[in-house]
Amino acid sequence: MSHLDIWSALFVFMLATFIGLEVIRNVSRLLHTPLMSLTNAISAIAVVGSILIAGEQETPLSTLLGTVAVAASMTNIVSGFLITDRMLKMFKQRPDKK
Amino acid sequence: MIEHLTQIAYILATGLFVFSLKWLSHPKTARRGVVAGVLGMTFAVIGTLLHPEIVTYQWIAIGLVVGTLAGIPLSRVPLTAVPQRTALSHAFGGLAAGLVGTAKYILWLQDGELTVFRTSAIVVEIILGYLTFTGSLMAAGKLQEVIPTRPITYRGQNFINLGLLGIAVVSGIVLIARPETWQLFPVIGGLSLVFGVLLIIPIGGADMPTVISLLNAYAGLSAVAMGFVLENKLLITAGALDGSSGLILSIIMCRAMNRSFTNVLFGAFGQVATSAAAQQQRSYKSATAEDVAQMLTAATSVVVIPGYGMAVGQAQHRVREIYDFLSKRGIDVKFAIHPVAGRMPGHMNVLLAEADIPYDRLVEMEEINKDMPQVDVALVIGANDVVNPAARSDPGSPIYGMPIIDADKAKLCIANKRTMNPGFAGIDNDLYYADRTLMLFGDSKAALGHVVDQLKTGS
Repeated sequence: MSHLDIWSALFVFMLATFIGLEVIRNVSRLLHTPLMSLTNAISAIAVVGSILIAGEQETPLSTLLGTVAVAASMTNIVSGFLITDRMLKMFKQRPDKK
Repeated sequence: MIEHLTQIAYILATGLFVFSLKWLSHPKTARRGVVAGVLGMTFAVIGTLLHPEIVTYQWIAIGLVVGTLAGIPLSRVPLTAVPQRTALSHAFGGLAAGLVGTAKYILWLQDGELTVFRTSAIVVEIILGYLTFTGSLMAAGKLQEVIPTRPITYRGQNFINLGLLGIAVVSGIVLIARPETWQLFPVIGGLSLVFGVLLIIPIGGADMPTVISLLNAYAGLSAVAMGFVLENKLLITAGALDGSSGLILSIIMCRAMNRSFTNVLFGAFGQVATSAAAQQQRSYKSATAEDVAQMLTAATSVVVIPGYGMAVGQAQHRVREIYDFLSKRGIDVKFAIHPVAGRMPGHMNVLLAEADIPYDRLVEMEEINKDMPQVDVALVIGANDVVNPAARSDPGSPIYGMPIIDADKAKLCIANKRTMNPGFAGIDNDLYYADRTLMLFGDSKAALGHVVDQLKTGS
């Protein structure tokens, strides 16, 4: 695994936060509920860490904790993306008047 | 070689996540944003599965299947239950972070590999993860009304809460200095779990939009902390995106209530108010569905102001019928959305979109207020504090200074409410006693249903 020292990690964190603030500032207030469910699904990226713990199989306890974490994250991924799309489908413009 | 593939997948995933949020900025491109998010997540998962450290796929597969099976029904909940679902998913996010932090601590403790950096990151991860877990569960319980939604307060509450958090943080610092004192680990985890519960107990329903946003930020930050623990840039980036989204939403919600974070978290809104309002009998005027139908059809412009009452009564489809009827007659119907109307950011927009109301009819508070004096009828449906003129005029009111939708400035205001009881925050609302206000009593769905009937028979 490539190693990451604390300063590089903080650098990445700071830059990502700035990008996040700038991008999300532009999200229309109309879409704040879908925004929350989408970022929810994206932060379920915790699945990556959970998969590693569950798959390394170091001890039975860590495997168990990892598996539960995989399940919890996957729930967020599946429900987060599906419900976001379901809500976004409902946002329609006025049909053009003939 | 495989190591490089994983990193390439992670870089692609990061880029796709940023685009996903960028495309979400407008309803026209928003669904593309979901596709980008799904693609990004797929890359991230495949990249991780290629990892050489993984020796078995059995448990991963079980976790993925269980998560999928749980996730599908959770994505099909009625839209009025979306706030609960969101709170629940923050809980899952916090849980995953807490569990991974716990597992990593145990593994590194056994192997003697705990460094200062690793232990610090783990301490932050488990405090944030576990407090988000129980706090969000409590919030979900309150939103689902499994737990009483009134704020519960007792003497010394803030002192006890902050004391517990303080003990957890101090234990964390000791643990960082001496990582082998494993006895402290369950103390930190346990206190964080308890703190999450205690943090939400004094929070009332009207504050839920802010609290959900704040928990969103915590869930994101706990993913960031996991990234620090696992030295994984993708986790840090995606977590930071989620964290900044939660932060922005929290700030918007606080501004919309003219309150600070500390005030929301430690202020126990709604408890002070009941005694403050003078309990005198005041007169108000009530209207029948027939009156309302007549006044609506006589108007040239109508502004609908929805609130939590519309969500509770599931009245959005009745509202749409009124909208259809009036727009067909050439009456200009707009919807004024207060940022904290409902129980989470954007709650009203989603419900109205579900009822097929075009999104260009949904207008933000700042914009509609300029036009309010020219509006013929303001129709308030289950909204209370967000239209309370005391916020403008009464410095003694708990909501003084909060920006509101000026329903009282319209030529006529019709307010639908179940009874004359004060709203959630327990604050009396002068709007209901104003000369130009008519009350339409009843459950929002039933009352508006009668109005629809009257509109149809009257035409």
